[in-house]
Amino acid sequence: MTALPALTEAKLGLVIDLDTCVGCHACVVSCKEWNTGGYGAPLGDRDAYGDTPEGAWLNRIHSYEISPENGPAEIVHFPKSCLHCDDAPCVTVCPTGASYKRSEDGIVLVDEDRCIGCGLCAWACPYGAREMDPVEKVMKKCTLCVDRIYNDNIPEEDRVPACVRTCPANARHFGDLADPESDVSQLVAARGGMDLMPALGTKPVNKYLPPRRKADRDSGTPHADRLPDAPGGFLGWLDATLDRLG
Amino acid sequence: MHPAVSIIFFTVTSGAGFGMIALLGLGFPMPEGWLAAFLVSALAGVLAVAGLISSTLHLGHPERALLAFTQWPTSWLSREGVLAVATMVAFGIYVLVWMVTGSRVLLLGIAIAALAVATIYSTAMIYGQLRTVPAWHTGLTPAVYLGFAFASALLAATAVGAATALGPLPLVVIAILAVVVAWAIKFAWWRRAETATLASIGAGTGPATGLSSLGTVRPFEPPHTGPTYLTREMVHRIGRKHARVLRIIAVVLGGAIPIGLALLGWLGLPTPLWAGLAFAAMISGLFVERWLFFAEAEHSVAAYYHPH
Amino acid sequence: MAGVETSPYVSDEVRQTTCYMCACRCGINVHLRDGKVRYIEGNRDHPVNRGVLCAKGSAGIMQHYSPARLTTPLMRTGERGEGKFRPISWDEALDVAASWLREVRHSDPRKLAFFTGRDQSQSLTGWWAQQFGTPNFAAHGGFCSVNMATAGIYTFGGAFWEFGSPDWERTELFLLFGVAEDHDSNPIKLGLAHLKERGVKVVGVNPVRTGYNAVADEWVGITPGTDGLFVASLIHELLRAGKVDTDYLLRYTNAAWLVIDNIGATDHGLIARDDNGTPLVLDRGSSTARPSDAPDVRPALKGRVDLGDGRSATPVFELLARTYLDPRYAPAATAEETGVSAAQTERIARDIAEAAFERTVVVEQPWTDLKGERHERMVGRPVSVHAMRGISAHSNGFQTCRLLHLLQILIGSIDVPGGYRFKPPYPRPIAGQPRPHGKESHADAPLSGPHLGFPRGPEDLLLEDDGVTPIRIDKGFSWDAPLSAHGLMHMVIANAHAHDPYGLDVLFMYMANMAWNSSMNTGGVMEMLTDRDDSGAYRIPKIIYSDAYASEMVAYADLILPDTTYLERHDAISLLDRPISEPDAMCDALRWPVCEPDREVRGFQSVLLDLGARLGLPGMVDDAGEPLYRDYADYIVNHQRKPGIGPLAGWRGPDGADTGRGEPNPDQLDRYRENGGFFMDHVPEEARYFKHANAAWADWATARGLQDGPVENVFQLYLEPLRRFQLAAEGHLDLAPPQHLKAQIRDHFTPLPIWYPPFEGARLDTVDYPLHAITQRPAAMYHSWGSQNAWLRQIHGTNPLFVPAEVCDAAGLEDGDWAFVISSHGRIRVPVQRMHAVNGKTLWTWNAIGKRAGAWSLSPEAPEARRGFLLNHLINELLPPRGDGRRWSNSDPITGQAAWFDLRVRIEKAPPADHAEPRFTPLASPVEKPPRNVVYGSEWT
Repeated sequence: MTALPALTEAKLGLVIDLDTCVGCHACVVSCKEWNTGGYGAPLGDRDAYGDTPEGAWLNRIHSYEISPENGPAEIVHFPKSCLHCDDAPCVTVCPTGASYKRSEDGIVLVDEDRCIGCGLCAWACPYGAREMDPVEKVMKKCTLCVDRIYNDNIPEEDRVPACVRTCPANARHFGDLADPESDVSQLVAARGGMDLMPALGTKPVNKYLPPRRKADRDSGTPHADRLPDAPGGFLGWLDATLDRLG
Repeated sequence: MHPAVSIIFFTVTSGAGFGMIALLGLGFPMPEGWLAAFLVSALAGVLAVAGLISSTLHLGHPERALLAFTQWPTSWLSREGVLAVATMVAFGIYVLVWMVTGSRVLLLGIAIAALAVATIYSTAMIYGQLRTVPAWHTGLTPAVYLGFAFASALLAATAVGAATALGPLPLVVIAILAVVVAWAIKFAWWRRAETATLASIGAGTGPATGLSSLGTVRPFEPPHTGPTYLTREMVHRIGRKHARVLRIIAVVLGGAIPIGLALLGWLGLPTPLWAGLAFAAMISGLFVERWLFFAEAEHSVAAYYHPH
Repeated sequence: MAGVETSPYVSDEVRQTTCYMCACRCGINVHLRDGKVRYIEGNRDHPVNRGVLCAKGSAGIMQHYSPARLTTPLMRTGERGEGKFRPISWDEALDVAASWLREVRHSDPRKLAFFTGRDQSQSLTGWWAQQFGTPNFAAHGGFCSVNMATAGIYTFGGAFWEFGSPDWERTELFLLFGVAEDHDSNPIKLGLAHLKERGVKVVGVNPVRTGYNAVADEWVGITPGTDGLFVASLIHELLRAGKVDTDYLLRYTNAAWLVIDNIGATDHGLIARDDNGTPLVLDRGSSTARPSDAPDVRPALKGRVDLGDGRSATPVFELLARTYLDPRYAPAATAEETGVSAAQTERIARDIAEAAFERTVVVEQPWTDLKGERHERMVGRPVSVHAMRGISAHSNGFQTCRLLHLLQILIGSIDVPGGYRFKPPYPRPIAGQPRPHGKESHADAPLSGPHLGFPRGPEDLLLEDDGVTPIRIDKGFSWDAPLSAHGLMHMVIANAHAHDPYGLDVLFMYMANMAWNSSMNTGGVMEMLTDRDDSGAYRIPKIIYSDAYASEMVAYADLILPDTTYLERHDAISLLDRPISEPDAMCDALRWPVCEPDREVRGFQSVLLDLGARLGLPGMVDDAGEPLYRDYADYIVNHQRKPGIGPLAGWRGPDGADTGRGEPNPDQLDRYRENGGFFMDHVPEEARYFKHANAAWADWATARGLQDGPVENVFQLYLEPLRRFQLAAEGHLDLAPPQHLKAQIRDHFTPLPIWYPPFEGARLDTVDYPLHAITQRPAAMYHSWGSQNAWLRQIHGTNPLFVPAEVCDAAGLEDGDWAFVISSHGRIRVPVQRMHAVNGKTLWTWNAIGKRAGAWSLSPEAPEARRGFLLNHLINELLPPRGDGRRWSNSDPITGQAAWFDLRVRIEKAPPADHAEPRFTPLASPVEKPPRNVVYGSEWT
């Protein structure tokens, strides 16, 4: 039902490390390949080899350029998929009950058999996490690989979302954010994990770890970091060193 | 936001249709006889229903549309569907009684009017509820929808109705008043929209990415180089100059011309003629207004994309 | 509401093979369902990727089922370059190919040029060419990273990527130079993640701050082509502060070797040696020159000694110190050229010194060196480096790579804990490497050895008897490019067209998109491929091409031999070729057909063996002339390069018990498949570091056939072979370069690496061409392959030119504008995008996104063809003419490496447009029209 559960037993979600993501799109494509043959309808690609190819994807990577006041500009790679919000506006707007949030783990899902493809949930989502499949005409979104994380047909260590399983930079972490002792919760606490657009009141479960401060930010005084001359000049130092070596 | 033709048509015509249903329910004078009752009701009904049917055109799976009546406790879209059907059913009974007995049941009429108003309100709230579109997320949005629904319905009702007994002047004054009030609300809405930016609700690129503490944040590369559902649907952008011209067209067609026609009615133009023409002009203007309602609206998803 | 099936059926079977979506060769689990690929994931046990997989790897499904796959052998019917073919049978195709090749081999084997592009079977293809007898073979290394590989091998017997890697576990500082993100990509990402976890500082040196450089803690936005100068400044700083590891230098390098000072003589600048050829050092005890291997010698690192015959000599290290302590390498002096502030250079030098000398890493593991000295522990300088094409693809790339290795060696960080680590079979110093072969090319006879090798001096060049004329069509191992250890694939078509040094009869290529993104001067190459001589015949008479897909090059060939996809083929990821070992283990891997082809295609390597048998090439037929190998799989199992040594090292011997050396094992491939498609044998703890001097390593490597015995590996700070070329250029040797090349060799073959400005910039007026233009590799696309991929092309379907903000402002450019980019060679029109996180003189774009209309089974109006573009059109394989009538190759003068990144340009605003320029007529597609939509996996959902 489109009413949100008052409380979910767990809050499964992702923690995405913006300090580590190199923007390689590995998670994007792994997600696509798992899910096109998995939950719900395939992720269609319209005009796949034509002039305006357009497919449904559940995870996309943006990049942003940041100009700080004291240092060179930076680039931050920014993966974005459904944040499985506690107060998910996409769920409550759904007229058919296709969108729902699971009370057992907090995953927001679309029951595609009930989806009329009105698109209102995509409008309600602040983050652009929902996409109408261009071929199947139903709403697609990240399922947190609900068909992997509990799947007895794959090895236990693989029971994580496909994006987490594949990320080469270890920038994606999966776990229960309702449990303060979980690895993901600890990571969020240690690194100052943040919400996207907190003012919109969606209470996202997924968190983002901010990039650490860059070393080239400091506009220190000239020669502040310069190595001192070798004692006695280079050749003198060399003699002394060789003498020590015997 | 992407201005879908079906949605523009739906919101404008169903507004006029339900507005007219409300006016009928409230006893707006109409010609006698079952045929007139039928024709007048049919006009209101067709306007309302055509809009509803049109709204299903943009659905990916219209064959499942009945499911949309199930979630009225939470969903404005579902409420709108339920209310629309309830209104139409009640209106059908009302019209049947009217055609058979020649009289209009006031209590039922008031109930129908309430339902119709609630329907229009629900339609508006489909958009007005969205915090993601700051220009829409205001009580002014249902006010605009109701104002335009009432004004356009009034023009239609005047054109086909039998209110001449009131004399041309009051009709003209009421019509002008309705149109002026509707546009006054819209101007207030526009004025608010100027400041209802993404940044104003905490949905600029900074909070969208959480990166503003590092410096000025600018979208660099989009996730995919071509257009996507998200960019087509929610990152639709329209030039300010273009928008200004369209606003003028909307106000002229939807406001100035109906008022001018009403004034001609005061000068003697037959009521059905001026009111009918005014209705047609207003509906055309409202199509433009509604196109802008979508095209100008900025969705928070745009914060993630380059402004081109 | 329907309940969610949280435990659905996944796949019928998992087959483990090796990826080929780029050059990294990760292990993959291919899940099959109903005979189709359900999905592909990384193999957790695999040494390269340890379970992870990149975007390309996951998009393998779309590559495997690409509509651009060739389906049958083709014979050209239209003009070259039109793309018109008729399908033919394999019998006909092989008959035609064999008849063309037989004729060449019988008349003049040199008239066959066999060049393989992104070939992962060079051990076979090179051997085939050797047995054929043509000197003209190489793969794509010459236009890729030969500078990197060659400079490393000459200097210390290793290099980056396949040769070695950072000690991710122990390093305390990591410097990343100019890295292509499709080279060693998953290991680098895994490594960076590891460093981030450990809080280790990462410094990225790259004009563009994307990808790995975006996550680096410090970014050095260097001006292209000046990395060598920057590194020289770092060396300057370290020397000035006495931050070099003298003990390491004395033990493992030629720092103490004496360099003869005998100006004007034939030995000036050579290493002083005794009668046995042993280098001499200045003994601090006796103050005399003594052999470096004398038992009680205490070598000096500075001083001068009289050699007793009127000559004097000075230790290498003193020459080195004098060179780099020169004030012209001071950070303040190099800042303008490099674009790196003195403060930043100083800071990074300090970081290096601090990590190396104050955070020394100790591994409590005794070991014994090759001289028999036992060491109680392994002590390391934990500074590591990785570098790739940004360093390599310049005309000063070889010396820049040398400078980088000098830096590593001076601080004592080669194969030590926390530093750079060799990957088996490396180290392989020059002493263990072959010389080039190709001089004795005779009709119907094989060459006596492999084509590609490492010359020790001018005497090893491949020259005609006149001592000047190149033997190879690409002029490899000639005075033009003496140390061209990977050949010069980028010169083959231009030279063949110019008949310089001679014309070809058959050009045979594999997986090399020379008619598009793999060539400099793309338009010119297309003309050369279609140009005719006076008799109306094509100047390059016959072209055979093998590819799996309808690439641009297909349209320019006469005979097409369709290859399989990577999921339909056998390959050996062999230690004889480009191995996939890790520092702690020797590894190799198998690629095998996890799917059967559904088209008339054959694995190219099997086809090559078939052709070899038809031609009766030695080693490919038995005494009766019958084929020795059924196919490539049979070859992988049964071929022996040397007794006991074959393509795969695992499970050798009749019972599979042998490693490295052993008789062929008929069940070998099954054993590989059972083991997940790869083989891994761990290096003993005692042999894991100091492999260049480690007795346990030498024993282990020899037992496994990685080397024939202990190999002396003295790191060559001073590279004597280069001095020999200088001596030739100075006129001191019998062999001498032609007059026009003398200055080039004298000035650039310095035995201590120097920085010199890249050639193109040096020859042009930089007022006319003030900017640099380079490409970067997107992590989600490999060369031209990705555009046929329905998924990857959505990520990179067009490529803007990224322009520094200050350049935009000066040229009046805004986002979405079009601009002309003009080089001395050509002009392109491209869409632009403003950027700040880039070197202020550098324009850049993504590599190989632009496509020729009609190729790759894409719509002719596809965004790749409309808005995508190549910088290649601006780059020539030749340098701007000097007015001397000569063709000067746009390459590194030492190795012949294609100098892609030397490009100089200017930018001008263009009127609004809707397509990039140049545009070429659309190619006819040799394959059927693709489907409109893709809904992959609908049968399972």
